[in-house]
Amino acid sequence: MAPVQVTGTVLTIRQVDAYHAMTVVAPGIAERFKAGHFTAVAVGGAETSMLLRRCLSIHDVKPDYGGTVELVFSVQGRGTAWLADRRVRDSLDLVGPLGRPFPLPRDPVHCLLVGSGYGSAPLFPLADALQARGCRVDFILGAPSADRVFGALRARRMGETTTLTTDDGSLGMRGSVTDMLPHVIADSQADVVYACAPMAVLRSVAAVAARHGIPAMVSVEEAMACGIGVCMSCVLPVVGDDGITRLVRSCVDGPVFRGERVRFDDVGTIPFDALGAPGGRLAEAGP
Amino acid sequence: MSPDMRARLAHVELANPVLTASGCAAFGRELSQFFDVSRLGAVVTKSVTLAPRAGRPTPRVAETPSGMLNSVGLQGPGVEAFLRRDLPWLTAHGVPVVVSIAGSSVAEYAELARRVSAESGVAAVEVNLSCPNVEDRGRRFASDAGAASDVVSAVRTHCRFDVPVFAKLSADVTDVVPIAKACVDAGAEGLSMINTILGMAVDVDTMRPSLAGGTGGLSGPAVRPVAVRCIWQVYAALPGVPIIGMGGVATGRDALELILAGACVVSVGTAIFHDPYACIRILRELEELLEQRGVERLSDAIGLAHRALPRHRTEENHL
Ligand SMILES: Cc1cc2nc3c(=O)[nH]c(=O)nc-3n(C[C@H](O)[C@H](O)[C@H](O)COP(=O)(O)OP(=O)(O)OC[C@H]3O[C@@H](n4cnc5c(N)ncnc54)[C@H](O)[C@@H]3O)c2cc1C
Ligand SMILES: Cc1cc2nc3c(=O)[nH]c(=O)nc-3n(C[C@H](O)[C@H](O)[C@H](O)COP(=O)(O)O)c2cc1C
Ligand code: FES
Repeated sequence: MAPVQVTGTVLTIRQVDAYHAMTVVAPGIAERFKAGHFTAVAVGGAETSMLLRRCLSIHDVKPDYGGTVELVFSVQGRGTAWLADRRVRDSLDLVGPLGRPFPLPRDPVHCLLVGSGYGSAPLFPLADALQARGCRVDFILGAPSADRVFGALRARRMGETTTLTTDDGSLGMRGSVTDMLPHVIADSQADVVYACAPMAVLRSVAAVAARHGIPAMVSVEEAMACGIGVCMSCVLPVVGDDGITRLVRSCVDGPVFRGERVRFDDVGTIPFDALGAPGGRLAEAGP
Repeated sequence: MSPDMRARLAHVELANPVLTASGCAAFGRELSQFFDVSRLGAVVTKSVTLAPRAGRPTPRVAETPSGMLNSVGLQGPGVEAFLRRDLPWLTAHGVPVVVSIAGSSVAEYAELARRVSAESGVAAVEVNLSCPNVEDRGRRFASDAGAASDVVSAVRTHCRFDVPVFAKLSADVTDVVPIAKACVDAGAEGLSMINTILGMAVDVDTMRPSLAGGTGGLSGPAVRPVAVRCIWQVYAALPGVPIIGMGGVATGRDALELILAGACVVSVGTAIFHDPYACIRILRELEELLEQRGVERLSDAIGLAHRALPRHRTEENHL
């Protein structure tokens, strides 16, 4: 369903460890939402000098007040700092839902959900949808430190098993989510891995999943100016069904991609064999 | 009474004067999720190149105060896919199409003009002159009157006679007027201005340039005064030459400012990234502003800021 622009009202905002969790009444977005969608939030108010919307994953939707969306974010810079300063009843301008959601398996298979930092946020509505189809769900959640592991409790409630990792060992196993991945894939007999995490983690997840011969659905994060597919700022090299690499827009063709299709080693570059690369392939293949 | 909003690109009539800016609305499809694109005065396409182009590495954008830098580098599908896929979609949706073309040599521009203007449904061709000329060590066509004139005259020669040609100028020159004149002398029916202004940002945390490409084009409200200045100067020097004005238009007031300076229509770019409905909203706001000011026809407002001050006002100012 097509995205909409909504002037929502902040219903709640609270601090959850290192993150801010904000619920916004945004009916049009909530009713169109599927797990993996994100929303683009205008920041700074009407007279702001911050022109670009900030993209945030949708963590949850609820039917209250005609439909609410929940966002989970950490303060990075000026835009997210402004967001963290919002108070109940403030209004917020959102465009969404945006992007392609996580594809769901037809059969009740075993699904391993991997999240790092706020990347865990979109995994919970996904877990709901998977469990509604009879899928088994296991979690691996991690972060640099305990206060940055998001949703550990909820994962423990929902998941068949939940593995936690921190770089500093302050919660769960010391190390990164990918260190535990081969082990959990084997233990849970995972048929598919879903992951939302920084690019470097996704790259390892995709590689490990490929080694185990199972698909990985990865949700990537690239700097986005528009979020709706008109500016071409958010591209990364992805191999198409025809074997040709294209620089595709992560906002509309993603943010979820099949892990083995993303050329992680070449993210941030224009691979020489990509369609339209300088001195490279000149024309679309086929008739 | 609501004002007559009809506008003209040379001899081509448009229902209203609010267009998308090249590179800020792709080929129209994405915006059609938000509103019926036939409500736009016209869609100006992302600049079309002969071959598909992958563009420049990421990160390609950086936000700056009231503006942004981009180094997308003309990523696009190439003219063949554009004509097969995108142009038919646009014409089927009943919106006038201004095709922006970009080449790296005079011959490429000529070839693009020929192929694009042969199709039906092309209201005008906009020539993006801010491209590096491979035959002149990468110097931009737009920075040199001679090179700009060569491109425009080749485009004019190869374009179907009834498709007007608009030359898109850059503000990154010492004096925009001689380049505007050269383009008009070479056969351009109109001018578009301004393209993005070359800029750069350095990330003080990573201590590296913010954009992978180093430099990028500045757009958004930050550049509006430069756009107004260029439009003002060119309108004064070449009255009667239609100008597609753009640069930082985010509200109806901004659009009116460019029109009063001499633009006959406005293109909206960066504002779309913030507000997908920007064009529709700006059109409504512009209509209201004209009505409030008792302006009956949009065309009456074009270049109005240039009119001589009434005598008594001038005298008062000298007191
Ligand atoms: C699809 C998607 C989903 C996201 N989901 C979440 C989420 O659920 N929770 C969360 O905390 N963050 C999320 N992010 C990252 C979030 O968008 C950035 O942290 C935020 O834009 C930073 O804005 P700022 O003004 O605080 O930082 P600044 O650094 O001041 O931002 C300056 C500019 O850079 C862009 N930018 C900076 N960092 C990022 C980044 N990491 N990704 C994309 N653009 C960036 C901003 O949009 C802005 O245009 C997501 C990003 C994407 C693309
Ligand atoms: C992301 C982006 C891509 C652009 N791509 C093109 C392009 O392909 N061709 C072109 O002539 N201008 C391009 N422009 C320039 C715009 O058409 C416009 O001239 C400029 O951005 C100023 O208008 P604005 O401030 O309303 O954006 C681009 C601008 C942006 C921000
Ligand atoms: S963010 Fe503009 S195309 Fe993806």
